[in-house]
Formats: sequence, C-alpha cells, structure tokens
Amino acid sequence: MAQPIIQADKLTKRFGDFVATDAITFDVARGEIFGFLGANGAGKTTAMRMLCGLSTPSSGHAQVAGFDVATHPEDVKQNIGYMSQKFSLYENLTVAENITFFGGIYGLRNPVLREKREQLLTRLGLHDVAGKHVGSLPLGWKQKLAFSVAILHDPKIVFLDEPTGGVDPFTRRQFWDLLYHAAAQGITVFVTTHYMDEAEYCNRVSIMVDGRLAALDTPRRLKELYGAASMDDVFYTLARGAQRGE
Amino acid sequence: MQQLALFIRKEFIHVLRDRRTLLILFGMPVMQILIFGFALSNEVKNARLVVVDHGRDVATTALIARLDASRYFEVDQVALSPKALEAAFRRGDVKVAVVFPARFYERWQHGQEATVQIIADASDPNTANTLTQYVSAIVYDHASEQRGVQAPPYGIRVETRMLYNPQLEGAPNYVPGVMALVLMLVCVMMTAVSIVREKETGTLEVLLVSPFRPVLVIVAKAVPYLLLSLVNVGSILMLSTWALGVPVQGNLFLLLAESVLFITTCLSLGIFISVQTSSQQVAMLISLMGMLLPTILFSGFMFPIENMPVPLQVISNLVPAKWYYIIVKSIMIKGLGFAAVWKETLILAGMTAGWLIISVKRFNIRLA
Repeated sequence: MAQPIIQADKLTKRFGDFVATDAITFDVARGEIFGFLGANGAGKTTAMRMLCGLSTPSSGHAQVAGFDVATHPEDVKQNIGYMSQKFSLYENLTVAENITFFGGIYGLRNPVLREKREQLLTRLGLHDVAGKHVGSLPLGWKQKLAFSVAILHDPKIVFLDEPTGGVDPFTRRQFWDLLYHAAAQGITVFVTTHYMDEAEYCNRVSIMVDGRLAALDTPRRLKELYGAASMDDVFYTLARGAQRGE
Repeated sequence: MQQLALFIRKEFIHVLRDRRTLLILFGMPVMQILIFGFALSNEVKNARLVVVDHGRDVATTALIARLDASRYFEVDQVALSPKALEAAFRRGDVKVAVVFPARFYERWQHGQEATVQIIADASDPNTANTLTQYVSAIVYDHASEQRGVQAPPYGIRVETRMLYNPQLEGAPNYVPGVMALVLMLVCVMMTAVSIVREKETGTLEVLLVSPFRPVLVIVAKAVPYLLLSLVNVGSILMLSTWALGVPVQGNLFLLLAESVLFITTCLSLGIFISVQTSSQQVAMLISLMGMLLPTILFSGFMFPIENMPVPLQVISNLVPAKWYYIIVKSIMIKGLGFAAVWKETLILAGMTAGWLIISVKRFNIRLA
C-alpha cells in the first residue's frame, strides 16, 4: 500500500468526562471506499468532524491528505469535499447557481468553473433543469447533484455523512454508482451509513462501538470473522455490546 | 475576496427571491411610517367643542369664531345647563367644553379677572390634555393680540414656547421611533433567521468544512442586510420628509453614519441569537420577544422613560434602540451636531463592540 490518505493515530475527543471518540487508530488508502459504521451516539460524527478539521482532537493525531488536522485544518479543508445527510444545497438557488456558488467557495475561478459546470450538467443530464430551483427537483437528483458539487473541486477525499438517508433503494443504488465512479478516478470516499447493504459495497468497513473502533476489515473478512451471513449480522453482534444508548 | 463577493451575491439572491422577506423588508417600514404618522397620531383634529356662552358679547363672539376657525375644533354652540353638560359628557358626546361667564367682556375691559373655564373628559387623559392645551393656546393668543391695542395687563404672564415642534405634532416623535423599530426588526430578526436557516438546511456545515473562513461567513451574512437597511433608512427619511413633512434638520451624513452604527449593533445581536439557537422559529421568537418588545417599551418613543420606576429606567439603558432614538431625535428633529450625541454614540459603539466580540467568539466555540 502506498502512503495512506488518511492516518488516524489514537485520535481522541473528550467533552468533559465524556469520551466521544476513544483513541481510534486506522488508515485509509487512496481511492478506497471506506465505510464508517456505528450506532447513533457511537462517535462517528465526532470522529468525522475531527478528520474534516472542524473539531480539534483532545489527544492523538490524524493526517488527512498529508496534513495534520490539528495544526493545519485550513490545508485539510482545501483537499476534502463534504456532503451531509441533508444534501446541503440552497433550495431557492437554481442548479447552476448552486454549482457556481459551491465551486467558487472552494476557489475555482471562472474559465475552469464554467467548464466544470457544463461537464457536470452534461454528466448528470441536468442541462434542461439548470435554470430551475433546486427545491423543485426530486430527492434523488438533489442527492446526486450534492455529491457532484462536493467533488467539483477535485478533492483527494470526500466525506459523506449518511448521504442516502430517506432515499429509495433504486436511487441509492444509482448513487453508489457515482461513488464507484469517483473512487475509480482516485477520489477516496469516506462514508458513514446506517444501511448494511451499503456496507457491503465498501472496500473496507470499520464499526465503532462506544467511541472505540470495534472492527475494521473488508466486508467478506468481517463476515467470516464473526461467522455471519451478512453485514447486518456482524453489525448486530458488535452493537449489541454497546453501553451507550441514543 | 472573490469568494466573499460570491457569497454576498448569494445572500442577495436569497432575499430578493423570497417574497415574504421582501415584503417584511420593504413593506413594513413604509407601513409603519404611515400608520404611526397618520393613524396613530395623538394629534386631535376637528374635535367637537361645546361652547356654553353666558357672556354673549364681542369678546366671546370673537373667541368662539377663532376656536371654530382652528383646524382642531368644530364648535357646537349651545346654551346647556351645567346638568345637561354633565349628562353630555357622560354620554361621551362631548370631549371638551368651554364656558364663558356672564359679563366676560366687561370684566376683561375693567382689568378684573376674566375667567374661561375649560372642561375636558379626562377618562382619556392624553386627549384631554391635548385639547385643553389647544384651547388655552388659542385663548392666550387672542388675549395677547388684543393686548396690543388695549392697555398693558397687570400681573405675571406665562409664555410657552414648544421648541423644535411648535405644533406639537406626532410625527417628529414617531419617525425616529419607527426608524429604531424597523432597523431592530429587520437587522436582528432577518440576520438571525438567515443564519439559523443555514443550520437547519445543513448548508452551514458544508460552508464550515470548506476553506471559506467562518468569520467571513458572518461578514457575508451581515453585508446584505446592512445595505438593505440603509435603503430602508433612506425610504423612511424620504417618506418622513415628503409625506409627513418632517425633514432632517441636522446633518444627513451624520444621521446616516449613526444609522450604520446602530445597524451594526442590531446585526451583532442577530448573529448572537443565531449562534445560540438552532431553529428558525426560536430565532424569530427570541428576536420578536427579546428585541422588539423592549424596543417598544424602553426606547422612549411610546412611553416616557422618565415616568418609569427606577429599576425599569436602569433596564432601559441596556436597550440599544433607546440610544439610537435619542441620537436620531437630536439630529433629525433638533438639528443638533455630533457634539450633542457623542455620549450616546459612544455607548452604542461600546455595545456593538461587546456583542460582536461575544458573537464571533461563540461562533468559533461552536466549531471547536
């Protein structure tokens, strides 16, 4: 394996006495689709916020795209894309305006920005609705658009926080095609999800329980290890031991 | 810098595409000025005035004609008995009555005391006060005019001059108040709601993960509302000048500069609220209850602060609108310069700096 794109070393975040993320250590390779699983309150979001440079670790280290998240969060931000479960587009801006805005925020300048916008509209087949407000689009389209916008500036890594919540299985499947496409182009995909069928699509999966990393491997090896028929069973076996509730 | 421009443009799009926001932003100031300026005026026009004339001589006739000629009264001349007069007051037909005694002219001419009795329905104290003042003023006017011809009177003379607003009109009082109110409402509520909305939709998170600096998010949010509020100040001043006949007496640029300061105070309050709350409804409620109500109660434009109990007077000092109201009144109505308002300006600037520091700090803590 070449130099990993994400390296977490005993990454910890405490809020008072509460240890949200407890010394997690893992690597993610370039171009990998890395599933980050865990029940609600297991510490996924906190870990992800630290990796995005939004939150400073209490102890431990993490390097993302070669930069330390604690000391160089601005450099980290330059190199990542982010999409949350809320799709995070402006509903009363048009499709084209959203692309321009978010591209511009990441510092894309006009000739490049215009070209990328055209490419994106063509690839997603959204030319006809480019002038329409995002609010009027179906959920599945919004979601694909949000993802495409998140990787418009060609980040090295894209962080996805439960990106497929509330979307039907067919659309979810289409969305995963986009993720594979991005990964094939060398973008590392770091994704949290509640859907265990999606966990099966990942190259490697980590499962957090009570702030600690309880398991990390390929879906097939995890299933073998726990003697489970599906990722669902693996997750259930691990999460059953959790002390923390919602 | 280009990112900031892009962001500000986006904020403008948000405002301009949302009809409700637009309506609040531009409809409200116009409506409030018109309502306060015309409908809610405490001026009295064409009030029914009953004259009970026991004198029936040249002096009373002249005075009655004069009262009738004023735009404040419509004189109803009847010879009511005191009992009938009381009954009329009870029914509410009459708001004010003027009683001339018998031999009024004669007494006046002979240097005796000539008394005019004014009776007013004080169940509405403000109106009663205003009406009796109007009647007194007209009577005194008449008396002093006659004096020029007649022999000089004896005794003490009271001469009242109502400074800055000789006609005791309502508008000079309301315009500064409405300006404070509108700016408070627009800047605090709209800023708070627009930031919290981004929290709700999750776009704020995306912005924070981007290389765009968090402080610039605040700046970009504030700039459009600052500009739009200035447009509001402009439209209020124009309405005030041309529709209400209350022009700016002092320096227009000083007034605008002070307005920018107050708008900044409001924006920092709005940002503070948005940092503390996570839903648009809560942000709106806090802005309305926490900002609008104290502004109406404690800025001094509706209820005189001097009449309040001391604890409330102390509280009123915390309301930024109070200081802005004083500033606008001084500059706009009294035509005073910066020397007269530097203290208020300093207080407002101090408040703004304080809120701004707290808000930005809080905003950053939220991220950590």
